Formats: sequence, structure tokens, C-alpha cells
Amino acid sequence: MEILRIEDLTKNFYLHNAGKEIKSCHDIDFTLEEGQFIGIVGLSGAGKSTILKCINRTYLTTQGNIIYNSSAFGKLDLTKASEREMLYLRKYEIGYVSQFLNVMPRTTAKEHVMNALLEIGTPKEQAEKDAKDMLFYFRLAEDLWDLYPNTFSGGERLRLNLAHTMVTHPRLMLLDEPTASLDNKTKMLVKDMLIKLKDKKTSMIGIFHDLEFMDGICDKVFNISEGNMI
Amino acid sequence: MPLTEQPVLSVKNLTVHYGDGCPLCAAHLEKNRCSACGTVWAANDICLDVFPGEILGIVGESGSGKSTLMQSIYFDVEPTEGQAYLSDYYKGEKNIWMASSAEKRTIKNNIMGMVYQNPILGLRMDYSAAANIAEKIIAAGSRNAGQMTERAKELLTAVEILTSRMSEAPKNFSGGMQQRVQISKALANNPSLLLLDEVTTGLDLSVQAKVLDLIRKIIAEFGISVLLVSHDLAVIRMLADRTIVMLDGKIIESGLTDQILEDPQHAYTQQLVHSLL
Ligand SMILES: Nc1ncnc2c1ncn2[C@@H]1O[C@H](COP(=O)(O)OP(=O)(O)OP(=O)(O)O)[C@@H](O)[C@H]1O
Ligand SMILES: Nc1ncnc2c1ncn2[C@@H]1O[C@H](COP(=O)(O)OP(=O)(O)O)[C@@H](O)[C@H]1O
Ligand SMILES: [Mg+2]
Ligand SMILES: [Mg+2]
Ligand SMILES: [Zn+2]
Repeated sequence: MEILRIEDLTKNFYLHNAGKEIKSCHDIDFTLEEGQFIGIVGLSGAGKSTILKCINRTYLTTQGNIIYNSSAFGKLDLTKASEREMLYLRKYEIGYVSQFLNVMPRTTAKEHVMNALLEIGTPKEQAEKDAKDMLFYFRLAEDLWDLYPNTFSGGERLRLNLAHTMVTHPRLMLLDEPTASLDNKTKMLVKDMLIKLKDKKTSMIGIFHDLEFMDGICDKVFNISEGNMI
Repeated sequence: MPLTEQPVLSVKNLTVHYGDGCPLCAAHLEKNRCSACGTVWAANDICLDVFPGEILGIVGESGSGKSTLMQSIYFDVEPTEGQAYLSDYYKGEKNIWMASSAEKRTIKNNIMGMVYQNPILGLRMDYSAAANIAEKIIAAGSRNAGQMTERAKELLTAVEILTSRMSEAPKNFSGGMQQRVQISKALANNPSLLLLDEVTTGLDLSVQAKVLDLIRKIIAEFGISVLLVSHDLAVIRMLADRTIVMLDGKIIESGLTDQILEDPQHAYTQQLVHSLL
């Protein structure tokens, strides 16, 4: 089953102050089947992150369609979905992992992961248990669970982000360089997790620099600079 | 379908004039003021919806009409035109701005809670903190003094004000404490809609964090919907699901909060967001 189809996606940014149009990605076409993992590679600045942000509606698409097959709404074009539909999908169906952490003040690492579950109505005890399991899985030191994450290292933040996103088991995951600041051991954990998610039919698009990492998880690799699928 | 709820609040075509207006207004607006007759169009054709459990952020230049919008909803300012509907008032079928004054008082006391930009507008500075809350509870019809004291204690504790200070007057409190007393007063009768106008402005960072944290917990716990005005984009990013941008009395753009902050479309929004980086 096709879960996502990107048709002719183009994104330009118009900066009023500079009076300039910045062209990011253009004429992107590909399809993602359920349970598939597509890796995106390409030069820095080629527009890789832009594609994921257009899918997530963090960026407004300039041209083209992003057809997503939702469990709640059926097929819909994410470039035209309502704001409330997008908010719903972000909570229940689409997970986005970036390198940056967006947490509330005075919210501990554990609470941050729990919040993703509480927002979708998971009972508190269950949420706490699942959050702990997820933090444990990503080997975030237990000493850190009850701390505020603004002091965390890059790798710790990333693992927290991954735990926060994966704890709700989204059916479509968007991963923007999810291993960029991790050591090899943690990278392998992330890889194992991604393989497990894939076995559970989670569909994923990931941006990676590390070709070795992609080996064994990516079904297809999309080279954005050349615009083709390998 | 998962998205069938009706909005808690729906505002349609709100316009607020200061002045009588003239036939030339539409063509002679300089920012929000008509150069022909001097009328200020403080709010100009504002439309918005707030959905259950949602936090809707409002940002915009000083003087763009944010407080005017909030105060119109709270009946402090009389709209020149427009309609507003609350799901808790005749199931959203009657314009609240056409309600009788008695009905308006009931709506203010039972359905909405307001935290003003300026605490002087929201609190009686000479009454005790507890009396400020009691006043709001009495306004909603309660007469039981014992219950009221209990409720005041509960609310002040929720905003982390020591109950040992509840008989002190807010004029002796710091700005952050005054805002927290306003919040507890606003929550006294379990409103379904909370209006927050610059609640954290002027507070030092650690107090801001405390107030924000509190707001988020209260919203999650009571499932209240919120209209949140803030100059501080970090506050908006942390709290608001969707955001509206105002300029010269009008809404110039709206969207998911992260989209407004990362891919702003309007020149004013770009300037606002980029001046931050
Ligand atoms: N009572 C009044 N009489 C005349 N003009 C008024 C009155 N109250 C507000 N205005 C004008 O209406 C416009 C909107 O004011 P408002 O207080 O809503 O702005 P705001 O967006 O809340 O600004 P800030 O960010 O500075 O709080 C301004 O031009 C203001 O000068
Ligand atoms: N929010 C934005 N505003 C303006 N230009 C942007 C924005 N995001 C990305 N761009 C531009 O779009 C191009 C592609 O960026 P990006 O998708 O981040 O590249 P990649 O992830 O492939 O390194 C770059 O020229 C970048 O400067
Ligand atoms: Mg990138
Ligand atoms: Mg104001
Ligand atoms: Zn005029």
C-alpha cells in the first residue's frame, strides 16, 4: 500500500527584506510504500530538510502535492490539509525528529516523553511506564530522567527527541539526520530501533550523511542533487 | 471522524472603531488611523476560531489591536461590528455581543477567565488575594464562605502562592505574584476559555518559566482553551498550537506555530521572526 506520494514538489522562499527568492528543492517526485524506508542523500543546501519540513507543514509548499494515506482521514494532500488536520496527524500519525530540541521550561526528560502520550489520552501510569522503557531503550542515563534537558549534550538531546517521537509509534516517521551527533554504539541502537519499527510496518524517510548507517535499513535511496532514486 | 468538535470560541468580522468613521476611511487608513476623520480602526475585520483544548497564539506590533481583541471578547470594549459565539452560550448559536448585561456578567464569570496585560485592571489591589478570588466566586452565585476559602487556598496553591500570604493585598506583591493571583482569579469558576494578555511580560526569566509551566499544566489538567497574546516568540513557540499575526488592526497571516516562525510569508512577520535570530 502506498502511504505517501510526493508529486512535483517545489519550495521557494521569498524574502521581502532582501527582495530575493531562494530556490530550495524543486520538482521532487517519489513514492513511499507502507513499511518502506527511503533514505535521502545530497549536497548540503540541496533541499533535503526542506522536503521533510514540507511534509510536516513546517514549510508551506510552493508547488506540487504531498498525498498521504491517513488512517483517520483517508487520502489527503498535506499541502492543503487544514491546520487542525495537520495537528491531529502530528500527534497520532506522523513523527518528525530534528536535531533541535523543543521542550518546555521545568519539564523533565521523562515528563517530555510522557507528554507525547498524555496528549493522545494515554493513562498516566501507562505513559510513565512507556516513557521509562523508551528512555531506557535509548540508553539515556537514568540520572538524567528527572532533569531539565536544557543542560543535555547534543547526543543526549537527540536520544530524548527520538524517545519522544517514537513513544507514540507514529506510522510515518521523518528523520532529519537522526544520528548526526551520536557515537557508534548509540548509532547502532538507533539503527536497531529503526529496523524494529520497520518490521512493525512503520514507513520512514530519513536524511543521512552516513552511507554505512543506511546500509541494511534503506530500501531505496533518493539522491536529491540528481533527482533520481537508486 | 476525529475532528468534529465545534470551536469553543468563534469570532466573526470583529471591527472596533475609536471615532465615528467617515466614507473615506477605507481608502485613507494610515496604519490603523483614517487620515481624513482621525478614526482609529483598532480591530479591523478579525475572524478566528479557538478549538477545545487548543492554545491559539496572537503576536503583532504594539498597537496592532491584540488587547482590543481580547477586551472585546471579555466585554470591556464595545465592538463596532462583528459577532462572537461561545459553545457554552446557547451552544454557539447566539452572538454573545447581543446578550443582555445580566447574561454578559454570567458569561464573564462562568465561561471566561481573563488575565490582563496590566494587573491593575484585573485585581483589586487593596483587597486581599483571597478576597479577589472570593469576589469572582461570589459573582458566579456562591455564598458559602467556608467553601470559598477552601477554593481560594486551592487556587493560590496551584499558582504557587503560599496560603500564609493569602490575606495580604496584591499591591504588596511582586509583578509575577500579581500575575499569578490574576491567573488563579481567572480560573476560579472553571472557565472553558482563558484569555491571557502578555502574562509573562516584564517578569524575570525564572518567574516567567514558572508562570509558563503553570499555564501549561493548568491547560492540560483542566482542558481549557486559551487565547494567548505575547510579544515573546519563545513563549508562543512553547505554548501555542496555532498562531495569528496582527498588524494595524488586521490579521495578516495565521498558521501552525512552527510554520509561522520558520516559514513566515508576510514581510512584517519575516521582520519579526528574523530580528530574533
Ligand atoms: N480607548 C481608546 N481610545 C482611542 N484609541 C484607542 C483606545 N484604546 C486603544 N486604542 C488604540 O487602538 C489601537 C490598538 O490598541 P491595543 O491596546 O489593542 O494594542 P495592542 O496590540 O494590545 O498593543 P500592545 O502590544 O502595545 O499591548 C492602538 O492604536 C491604540 O492607540
Ligand atoms: N526557512 C528558510 N528560509 C529561507 N531559506 C531557507 C529556509 N530553509 C531552507 N532554506 C534554503 O533552502 C535551501 C535548502 O535548505 P535545506 O533543505 O536545509 O538543505 P539540506 O537539508 O539539503 O542541507 C538552502 O539554500 C537554504 O538556505
Ligand atoms: Mg538539512
Ligand atoms: Mg496590549
Ligand atoms: Zn475616516
